[in-house]
Amino acid sequence: MSTATLPDDPRLKARFGELKPALTAQAAVIEADRCLNCFDAPCTAACPTHIDVPGFIKRIASGNLRGSAVRILDANILGASCARVCPVDVLCEGACVMLRQNHKPIQIALLQRHAMDAFWASGETPPAKAAGSRKLRVACIGGGPASLACAAELCRAGARATVIERRELPGGLNTYGVAEYKLRAADSVREVEMIRQLGVEFRCGVEVDSAAALEALEAEFDFIFLGLGLGAMQRLNVPGEDTRGVMNALELIAAYKTGHVRELHGTVVVVGAGNTAIDAANAARRLGAAPVYMLYRRSEQEMSAFDFEFEHAKQEGVQFMWRRLPVAIRPEAHGRLLLETVQVRQADRKLEVVPDSEATIDCDLIVPAIGQSPLAELLQKLRGVEVRNGRIVADRETGQTGNPRYFAGGDCVNGGREVVDAVAGGKRAAVAILKTAEVAHA
Amino acid sequence: MPDIGVRNFAGKINCPNPFWLASAPPTNTGEMIMRAFDAGWGGAVWKTIGEPVVNVSSRYSATDWNGQRIMGFNNIELISDRTVEQNLTEMAEVKKRYPKNAVIASLMVASNREAWHEVVTRAEDAGADGLELNFGCPHGMSERGMGSAVGQVPEYAEMITGWVKEKARTPVLVKLTPNISDIRTVARAAKRGHADGLSAINTINSITGIDLDTFVPRPNVDGKSSHGGYCGPAVKPIALNMVQQIMSDPEAALPLSGIGGIGSWRDAVEFMLLGCGTVQVCTAVMHYGYRIVEDMAEGLDNWMREKGFKTIEDFRGLSVNRVTEWKHLNLNFKIVARIDEQKCIGCDLCHIACWDGAHQCIHLDRVSGPIDGHVELHRTPAAEQAESLASIAETPVTRKEREAAFAQGPYPTPLARIPRVDETECVGCNLCSCVCPVEGCITMVRVDKDVAPETWAERTKGAACEGSAA
Repeated sequence: MSTATLPDDPRLKARFGELKPALTAQAAVIEADRCLNCFDAPCTAACPTHIDVPGFIKRIASGNLRGSAVRILDANILGASCARVCPVDVLCEGACVMLRQNHKPIQIALLQRHAMDAFWASGETPPAKAAGSRKLRVACIGGGPASLACAAELCRAGARATVIERRELPGGLNTYGVAEYKLRAADSVREVEMIRQLGVEFRCGVEVDSAAALEALEAEFDFIFLGLGLGAMQRLNVPGEDTRGVMNALELIAAYKTGHVRELHGTVVVVGAGNTAIDAANAARRLGAAPVYMLYRRSEQEMSAFDFEFEHAKQEGVQFMWRRLPVAIRPEAHGRLLLETVQVRQADRKLEVVPDSEATIDCDLIVPAIGQSPLAELLQKLRGVEVRNGRIVADRETGQTGNPRYFAGGDCVNGGREVVDAVAGGKRAAVAILKTAEVAHA
Repeated sequence: MPDIGVRNFAGKINCPNPFWLASAPPTNTGEMIMRAFDAGWGGAVWKTIGEPVVNVSSRYSATDWNGQRIMGFNNIELISDRTVEQNLTEMAEVKKRYPKNAVIASLMVASNREAWHEVVTRAEDAGADGLELNFGCPHGMSERGMGSAVGQVPEYAEMITGWVKEKARTPVLVKLTPNISDIRTVARAAKRGHADGLSAINTINSITGIDLDTFVPRPNVDGKSSHGGYCGPAVKPIALNMVQQIMSDPEAALPLSGIGGIGSWRDAVEFMLLGCGTVQVCTAVMHYGYRIVEDMAEGLDNWMREKGFKTIEDFRGLSVNRVTEWKHLNLNFKIVARIDEQKCIGCDLCHIACWDGAHQCIHLDRVSGPIDGHVELHRTPAAEQAESLASIAETPVTRKEREAAFAQGPYPTPLARIPRVDETECVGCNLCSCVCPVEGCITMVRVDKDVAPETWAERTKGAACEGSAA
């Protein structure tokens, strides 16, 4: 696996420095001591991967850092990236009982990062869960968190897993789609490297895009796990959208993380108000654009971004335009763009255009960020795998699809949630695959 | 306004407050003691004077707990390493400049009459208000037949106290070692030797810890350690017990200066409630400096004001008789735990403590339907945890999901996590209220109304009568 395509650009590092500094060793112990060590802890229950939070925190307090990291990895093989990207306000830290005493919640994410950083520094790999080698072979299509978690869980149980990724680097959105100040692409790749050391095989740059390719996989493997993620970002469907100067949020994020965009100038308009939209808007600010606007067709109260992300965007200097809809994009001289917009308002359940509210925004870059579309094409080719509303229909507890040899998890099943949800889905599917295989051989 | 001044030993030892520095590093020199008096200390027991010693380098070690430094403290320092002459010259200067503060000379010399006579005379000539005989030091000096080597043998303690009393014109306090099976035996010996008072307790033999890389216990003196004297907050309960033992024994009880883990006015009041007229402090000063006495004096004053006490004598010893033998406790006194649902934060530490450390009567069954009675009827903690781990949780990504996830019920904590006490099984042990992190959330409520008190002594006395009748 190569990291050759990742830039080692000091300017990128300077512009996208860590949002929060790491805890020092002593600060980590002080914070760990603050944890009450709840029974059947709400933080653990709130975590989709059910990391034993008090368990790993008390291991930090006792100085058992290796045990702490192993405890995390046992539940969540992507514990290092989750420590950085999880919206903990609505997960473990949001569930912390300290909040009910008007105390600050335990800084679980920072403590998890502390344990994982120490683990990286030690150069160890997580121990296998079960000894012995099984004949079971599983292909995991898609190289993102769901597939990685599924493959790691399988390998640690002694089975053989192969991750098939169409891009050059594995890791999915962890590598290409997370704001660099939260998780560096290089760190995501390093985490994948640890999974490779567990015995997971990687085939990168391989597209599974035909019935023949699927048939070949079915012949080679006993089970297939679908960790496909979602499709390309949705289009605005306005005239002029294909003009040069329009680049969707995921393209922009991947471009700056891989060094293809190193600077932006002038005015940037991000359309949408989800978490990815905010990542793109913040990135535009940090890359040098000013002003950066976020355009949203609904109100502040309805935006889907997490509160802490919204606050962060305001701190970065992003300006918000509520209840405004793009209607057309026109190219101007010198590569500039004119974005035509109208004001909209709620009328019953629909949005209606406010008369005489047209306004144009002079800008240099327009970034659509209104969600990802489902991966429709490949799904049509899967025999017996039911697809509803663009999502694979799979059992909630096992990830099993209508085809008994196909399991699925992550965004392609849940429609687009967090990394930790994908890890949980992949892990549940791996456990179910192992169980199914055991029954078949019994 | 309360008076926290002290007039002890028939007015022979007077000072503006009952807070003394114990004989230890904070009272090593006259310069230090004068700064301590400036800070507000009522008295000081001079670092033990005797034939000068040589000390080792690396002398202290501490026990930290859950991030708190110095829960317990240990030392292997010996008595003063300065000459008797030096110490007494400075003592005279201190007494001249601070006539209102009590200066007590702590003494330790070889076990012969002449040596004791000489040092007593010299200390009193220097102006000491009283003498404290160091029969307690547990390390080093004891190997040379002094310190706790004397304090562990009642006959020696009585004899030397007698020698001192032959010469002493000022009150004589005997400092007791806790490193003995019954501290009262030496207290009684001191009283028989006509001591005027006691100081208790000295430090406790200890090894505070071992370095897991070098395998050398702390403090490390070139690869080896020696057992030291343990003190600090950790020893307070042991000291209180010994103080109570002494003060409840008519053959031992004398005016007592309490020592052992005192760092605040609350600690001091507890020692006074068990009979101490003054208290001595060392570890807390070594941790934070002389300045802590300000809060000690203020806090004592405020507490006395609140309780309506005019002098320390008004409350000194009030708790001595509140300690009794177990057989005199009321067996029919019954309390049970009550959990305040409005205060509960759902940590469920009381639940697991009750199941694993007590009597399996705090349950998480409010939602599934309360069941009272035996342990077999209930879900075990392991089953509860397994259920949580098997549950499927998802990140609430939409506003609607977040509102649902953080919806507020009738209590600050979800009902399923608020434990419930099965009062038919609760034995009133207090464990849950000890582990609960929220003040006032778990209270122990008395429920034995209309039952006549009965002690074990009374119950078995009755049984014995019946037995003899039959």
